[in-house]
Amino acid sequence: MRYEAPRTLDQAVELLSAEAGLARVLAGGTDLLVQLRSERIEPDLIVDIKRIDGMQAITAERGGYRVGAAVSGAELGEHEGLTSLWTGVVEAANLIGSTQVQGRATMVGNLCNASPAADAVPALIAAGALVAIVGPNGRREIPVEAMVVSPGRNALEKGEIVESLYLPARAERSGDAYLRFIPRTEMDIAVVSAGVALTLDESGRVSAARVGLGAVAPRPLLVEAAADAIVGTTLDEAALDALAAAASAACDPIDDKRGTIEYRIDVAGVLAKRAANIAYKRAGGSR
Amino acid sequence: MSQIHVSTTINGDQTEYLCEAEETLLDVLRDRLGMTGTKEGCGTGDCGACSVTLDGRLVCSCLVLGAEAEGRSVGTIEGVADGDKLHPLQKKFLEHAALQCGVCTPGFLVAAKALLEQNNDPSEEEVRYWLAGNLCRCTGYDKIIRAVLDTAQEMRSA
Amino acid sequence: MPLDQQSDIKGFRVVGQRPLRPDGIDKVTGRARFGADMTAPGMLIGRVLRSPHAHARIRSIDASKASALPGVKAIVTRDDFGQVDDDMVDILVNCMAHDKALYDGHAVAAVAATSASVARKALKLIEVDYEVLAHVTDVDAAMTADAAVLHEDAADESVPAGMSKNVVRRHEFGHGDPETGFAAADHVIAQSFKTEAAHQGYIEPHACLASMGPDGQADLWVCTQGHYMVRNTCAALLGMDASQLRVTASEIGGGFGGKTTVFIEPVALALSRKAGRPVKMTMSREEVFRASGPTSSSSIDVKIGMTKEGRITGAEATLRYQGGAFVGSPVEFGAMSAFAAYDLEHVKTVGWDIVVNRPKQAAYRAPGAPMAAFAVESVVDELCKHFDLDPLEVRLKNASTEGSKAVYGPTFGRIGLSATLNAAKSHPHYTAPLGPNQGRGVACGFWFNFGGETCVSLNINVDGTVGLSVGTPDIGGSRASMCQMAAEELGIPYEKVRTIIADTASLGYNDVTDGSRVTFASGLATIQAARDAIEKLCSRAAQMWGIDEEAVVWEEGYAKPAGDNAGKFEPLSLADIAAVAANTGGPIAGHTEVNADGAGQSFATHLVDSEVDPETGRVKILRYTVFQDAGKAVHPSYVEGQFQGGAVQGIGWALNEEYIYGEDGRLQNAGFLDYRIPVASDLPMIDTVIVEVPNPGHPYGVRGVGETSIVPPLAAIANSVSAAAGVRLTHLPMSPPRIQKAVKEAN
Repeated sequence: MRYEAPRTLDQAVELLSAEAGLARVLAGGTDLLVQLRSERIEPDLIVDIKRIDGMQAITAERGGYRVGAAVSGAELGEHEGLTSLWTGVVEAANLIGSTQVQGRATMVGNLCNASPAADAVPALIAAGALVAIVGPNGRREIPVEAMVVSPGRNALEKGEIVESLYLPARAERSGDAYLRFIPRTEMDIAVVSAGVALTLDESGRVSAARVGLGAVAPRPLLVEAAADAIVGTTLDEAALDALAAAASAACDPIDDKRGTIEYRIDVAGVLAKRAANIAYKRAGGSR
Repeated sequence: MSQIHVSTTINGDQTEYLCEAEETLLDVLRDRLGMTGTKEGCGTGDCGACSVTLDGRLVCSCLVLGAEAEGRSVGTIEGVADGDKLHPLQKKFLEHAALQCGVCTPGFLVAAKALLEQNNDPSEEEVRYWLAGNLCRCTGYDKIIRAVLDTAQEMRSA
Repeated sequence: MPLDQQSDIKGFRVVGQRPLRPDGIDKVTGRARFGADMTAPGMLIGRVLRSPHAHARIRSIDASKASALPGVKAIVTRDDFGQVDDDMVDILVNCMAHDKALYDGHAVAAVAATSASVARKALKLIEVDYEVLAHVTDVDAAMTADAAVLHEDAADESVPAGMSKNVVRRHEFGHGDPETGFAAADHVIAQSFKTEAAHQGYIEPHACLASMGPDGQADLWVCTQGHYMVRNTCAALLGMDASQLRVTASEIGGGFGGKTTVFIEPVALALSRKAGRPVKMTMSREEVFRASGPTSSSSIDVKIGMTKEGRITGAEATLRYQGGAFVGSPVEFGAMSAFAAYDLEHVKTVGWDIVVNRPKQAAYRAPGAPMAAFAVESVVDELCKHFDLDPLEVRLKNASTEGSKAVYGPTFGRIGLSATLNAAKSHPHYTAPLGPNQGRGVACGFWFNFGGETCVSLNINVDGTVGLSVGTPDIGGSRASMCQMAAEELGIPYEKVRTIIADTASLGYNDVTDGSRVTFASGLATIQAARDAIEKLCSRAAQMWGIDEEAVVWEEGYAKPAGDNAGKFEPLSLADIAAVAANTGGPIAGHTEVNADGAGQSFATHLVDSEVDPETGRVKILRYTVFQDAGKAVHPSYVEGQFQGGAVQGIGWALNEEYIYGEDGRLQNAGFLDYRIPVASDLPMIDTVIVEVPNPGHPYGVRGVGETSIVPPLAAIANSVSAAAGVRLTHLPMSPPRIQKAVKEAN
């Protein structure tokens, strides 16, 4: 195995493109090193992107923020502007692992790892985040929900690398929230998770919403039916029940060591409701 | 297989070593540098026994490659005391009997020190969440949490 | 015996204080050396190849390709171990599979190589030809007629004909006739329970460094609860004389019973013998989970009858524990301890020992007792609810006390169960208000406690300090308590005593650090060794004064003339006598060799409040208080630590910890990510109340405290969660999906 720490994105792309064997990008390493140790993967090349300019930067852009691929969870949490704009996204990213893991783990790594249970992803889906990808054929941007293809497989082509995530500007009276269910209070992988972002009109009705669910299907879901269930409402009990029902209906989970099908379907609805309530309050809504 | 040459700073000392690409910082510390105070409890970032700081940031050294330490600054348990002068946390851990077997203790001390450096007045809940990635199987955490809170109080009044 | 007759000491001076532990500085600075922290010149790295199958015949093992890999220095398989005595066969087969791999993770070969990466590559080159067999991992399934059979003839004559061959032992205890008892009851409740396997979860994985020379002399550095056990076992497995193997106990990073046997140690020695170089072996965390011993999973039926006044009239229990792939689950302890807290006229317990395709169980803190207590205390709780009786009052009414005949045979001496119940009753926790979805649980627990073979050497140094050598690895501060007891007895300051854990060549045999025995037995031996030394000190003083030995007494650290008739001499301190020892007969030392008896049982009552989220099934532990009899707390901080640690391990077992096997018989959660031990943010402070009812069997009244603390939590938490959820939970762990389902079904 070779280890390379290029200084530019072009060099990184070149290294990844030229490698005939298995190549992996190293950002925070909190998934990659675990996979290396378990010998689940045995790459020929590791490309450490942390020495590339801009990879560890959070920059304001068009009213939103661009987050470099190597920004750690701890750095996200310390960024006041981003935290107040996309509170739920930062909370989601900050739920990944321990304080120690937060010192390293990146939101982009969490996304590229392509786990159905990734904490950051449902929140990013709800936020309508975009993924900026650089590769041998140039730069492209895709919606975050298109990034995870199947468990462990992302949408990157050979030689491609994620440069950054773009979190857009948001309308007035907007709020987002992310909740996950884990058996303990920390250190677990989400059994079920839900991210909700919504905007209220002047009368306090939900005018726009996005709902993301995690750990209930082979990939994190954007659930439009769940969003539709609350748009136009004041998030009253009936709307919340409809949201929960739509969220549960969108689930296609498995039985595994972390939870049962039945449990995941039930709790997806519970969490969607609870996250929507928090997002509603953050948007300034009151009932 | 050619090894990677790394120059880094560990506990303030300039250090150089060779390592293989797949070796973790934990492997390097323990097996190449003889700094066995940093422990391996799981190797997967789930127990915190291998906690160190990297450029001041708390990390699990089992989740860092040795090669990544190039040009950086690493802090380990061996650097927590100032020579023969114990850090207040070390004293309080002893006074509160906050260790039984002691194998998780280096990780807890490194992690707690990182907490107190950025928050000198943490609540019990903040201490518990900050240390959630450090597993202790002996104490039930009670005396550890008390030791950290007591240290914070003492350091504030010092 | 009253305390003042057990000891010459009127009031304790050092015992009961909280001095800093002597190994403390090393442990807070990273200097302490644990199992994996030792190196040797020319050291190789050993790694184990493990079966990926739950049950498979090993047709052949071809290691030729691995042997040819540069850097590989030795490979061992079953062929490298010879015949061993019957009592060692299971241990050997567990360390290295013979004709069959019996569980996922079972060792089948091992490699020593110049680096870890070469060793890993070599493992991949070893070709094992497996014939995969049907397997069984569930305890109840293993008892059925069509279950896969592990061993053709492992059962003994206690097992009736016609049962599955996986049923290997039957144990029965009790007295009276439960049916008579049930007939006298106003209400009888029978319920069935299940508990899943939990791992000890020590943070330090198994590790050792073995070095054997061509002359057959060997050294072994190892993290273990018993280095004499390691020596005797490894010597037997390798065909060595015990004297040729010196074992040194490293600092040990937790054990809880899991380090009371051997796994990689004989393998490391065999590799070292073959390679002619030192070999270091460490288990990965995954290996710890797959291949070291968790405790049993269990299936238990309990039936109890009670009068409306709360008197238990009859009780019976059937307990089925799997012990992994070998005979020896702790079901016997479960059957013995199940009803120990109750003074019963009619009681019977039957325990069934079952084998399944899982790793060989190892002791885990009060092995076998927590699951039994969970089942029994749950039914008692249901009866209390049925009659609307106070659970502490009912337990007090039925509590075992001095003179009660225990279900397992003996009559209790002085015990502290009622004292713990009364302490709980008068504690503010018991009457604190509860909110919605919250519940309070109460349960009692018992552990036998053990004494055992113990040997201590106490050397008086020429400067008046004392070196104490004990042979029981210090797993939680015992060097501090040994220093305290030696200092107490000798009348010198705590700081003047240094305690070390001697290696197997330097001190006589000691049983393992287990059975909550160290503070009791090594403490008793320390006190006796100190008394032996005092006798010699008095004799030296007599020489110095030119009077009879009998005319000298030892008081508060000084030799004094026994009375006016003995003569008028200035008292001599220990240091005074030690300074001139060369002139009065040479070095002064005290010794004890004892098979300690009279450990004294310890009882506890636990009180816990929890809150249940009915929509998700999540449990939050709100408040927890432990009341336990310590006899005499030598170092109260470490007694509290045992109470707290046991309670929290119990919380983990009750709520989230479990071995999860797939249909393929493979362990699904061999890591701390999905084997979910409690983390700091899961818990409240764990309050403790130390009750001291002196143990007549120890000079200072000490009772072991390490194990009892894990016995009540499973039941106490189940009672609390059941109250909060409004439905009885009968399957541990009470993970969120199980609770949520039970709540849903109840509504």
